[in-house]
Amino acid sequence: MKTILFLLRKEFLQIFRNRVIVAMIFVMPIIQLLILANAANYEVRNLKLQVIDQDHSSWSRQLVGHFTASPYFNLTGMVASAKKGITAIEADEADLVLHIPSGFERALRREGTASVHLNINAINGVKAGLASSYAQTIILDLHQEIMPVVELPAGLSSTFRYWYNPDMDYYTFMVPGILVLLVTLVGMFLSGLNIVKEKEIGTIEQINVSPIRKHQFIIGKLLPFWIIAQVELALGLTVGWLVFDIPIVGSLGVVFAFSSIYLLVVLGIGLLVSTFTDTQQQAMFISWFFLVIFILMSGLFTPIESMPGWAQQITRLNPVTYFVDVVRLVLLKGSSWWDIRSQWIALSIFAVVINGAAVLNYRKTD
Amino acid sequence: MATSVIETHELTKRFGNFTAVDRITFQVQPGEIFGFLGANGAGKTTAMRMLTGLSRPTAGEGIVAGYDVYRQAEQIKRRIGYMSQRFSLYEDLTVRENIQFYAGIYGLPWRSIRSKTSELIERLQLGEVARTLVGSLPLGWKQKLAFSTAILHDPEIVFLDEPTGGVDPITRRQFWEMIYAAADRGVTIFVTTHYMDESEYCDRISMMVDGEIRALGSPHDLKTQYDQPDMNGVFLQLARHSERS
Repeated sequence: MKTILFLLRKEFLQIFRNRVIVAMIFVMPIIQLLILANAANYEVRNLKLQVIDQDHSSWSRQLVGHFTASPYFNLTGMVASAKKGITAIEADEADLVLHIPSGFERALRREGTASVHLNINAINGVKAGLASSYAQTIILDLHQEIMPVVELPAGLSSTFRYWYNPDMDYYTFMVPGILVLLVTLVGMFLSGLNIVKEKEIGTIEQINVSPIRKHQFIIGKLLPFWIIAQVELALGLTVGWLVFDIPIVGSLGVVFAFSSIYLLVVLGIGLLVSTFTDTQQQAMFISWFFLVIFILMSGLFTPIESMPGWAQQITRLNPVTYFVDVVRLVLLKGSSWWDIRSQWIALSIFAVVINGAAVLNYRKTD
Repeated sequence: MATSVIETHELTKRFGNFTAVDRITFQVQPGEIFGFLGANGAGKTTAMRMLTGLSRPTAGEGIVAGYDVYRQAEQIKRRIGYMSQRFSLYEDLTVRENIQFYAGIYGLPWRSIRSKTSELIERLQLGEVARTLVGSLPLGWKQKLAFSTAILHDPEIVFLDEPTGGVDPITRRQFWEMIYAAADRGVTIFVTTHYMDESEYCDRISMMVDGEIRALGSPHDLKTQYDQPDMNGVFLQLARHSERS
């Protein structure tokens, strides 16, 4: 016990004496959170819209009015022909061109049906998809308005409500996930690089030739970063709550209990990497390799449901996936410890396997 | 020779096809200053790493402080001190913090950690710099401090791997005075060096060439045996046909 106390004291002294590390732990993640939360935003605003109105009727003007009133569209010009519309898209003067053919209002009044045509630049598929769905919503709005006037066939209509994030707020969705990434980065790099650094400067020899036991050394190395990462999570949640107003529906106790297990996995990976690398450079690159895969396949930026089957199987081994999932479930939906049992059971198994492998692979004698 | 503190019999370490240490056999008596001499790459460090439990021998036998190097490496570690070739203190900790850390991980009682730390700082006259980071001390001071921390837990044997590399002659002289003082208290000193003049300070020395011990005896005996005025001559005669240097 005393040995572990001395190891912890040494680590904390070294960490807090190193200004770069202190900045890395406490300042950088907060800056990243503030920047990333705004950058990792799927909302597309100010789409450049050009309109070909060949009908010049009150309803066609009403439709255009709806588009210009929407924050998603910016009317950048009226064009005369479909051909000029395509030219505008080619010249990047328009993201989409709305074509209202002549006879639009007449057809609606007489036959109860009419169509408009949208040409959308789909180089960025996500943006095009969003443009299309925003436009359809606006067209549907017009439909609702004129229905009483011209007895349009009601057809099937649906109403809906967004649960757990009623305003479809992207901060609410992204900030908890980004927090997970920041805690992961700090945990994995600091723990891994720390041990490799001792290998590089040679002090690990002095530790290995002492009677320190393996578990004492490993606890001495993991516990400081475990504590720091938890503090960091608390700090990040505070910033998320104060700055981005993220809701905290569930219990913070559940979040921290889960992160306790999660950090064992992440720190264990760092430790495992450090046992088979000799320089900080090697450890850095190997950690990055895993981190990039973990992050891109975590379901933070792209839904796991849209990945191919084999990729979905891989995400089941990705610890980041579980925490991103859980932090959203608990903060937004209020899930309980029991609701997320499959996630913490899985992570507990990971923690045992990874730390077991790291302990086996760390040798005092070569 | 049941009283030897170190006893090896044909101790060998191979890395693939390369035999770093080739069947070395020797004994070291309690309180002796035993010098391990040889050119760079002769296998001195590898031999020392096997004796300190850092490296597992490939073949042969080795007993250190009464414990077997294969099965009882951890018991050995409690009874030895070690100062590696690379600087072994934490440069980003202060003098006092380093001493306390090493005292702590060897499990010294609290009272003794406090008293030994103060005593050592006083003895090395480091009172002025006790709160200075070790990284900013001159190399000679660092080496003396590293040696003192290596024997803080009163080990039976202390292993020193080229302790005076890169240190000026005056500091080397002071360093050897510290070694003598420790030996007088009954600590066995096992020291590697490639400074031949330093070997004259040892009670007995072994000359390693290409992983083998080519000569073993007191400096006086070796000089007589090889008919040389100094240890340098002995070394040159032995190492002349070395394949590794």
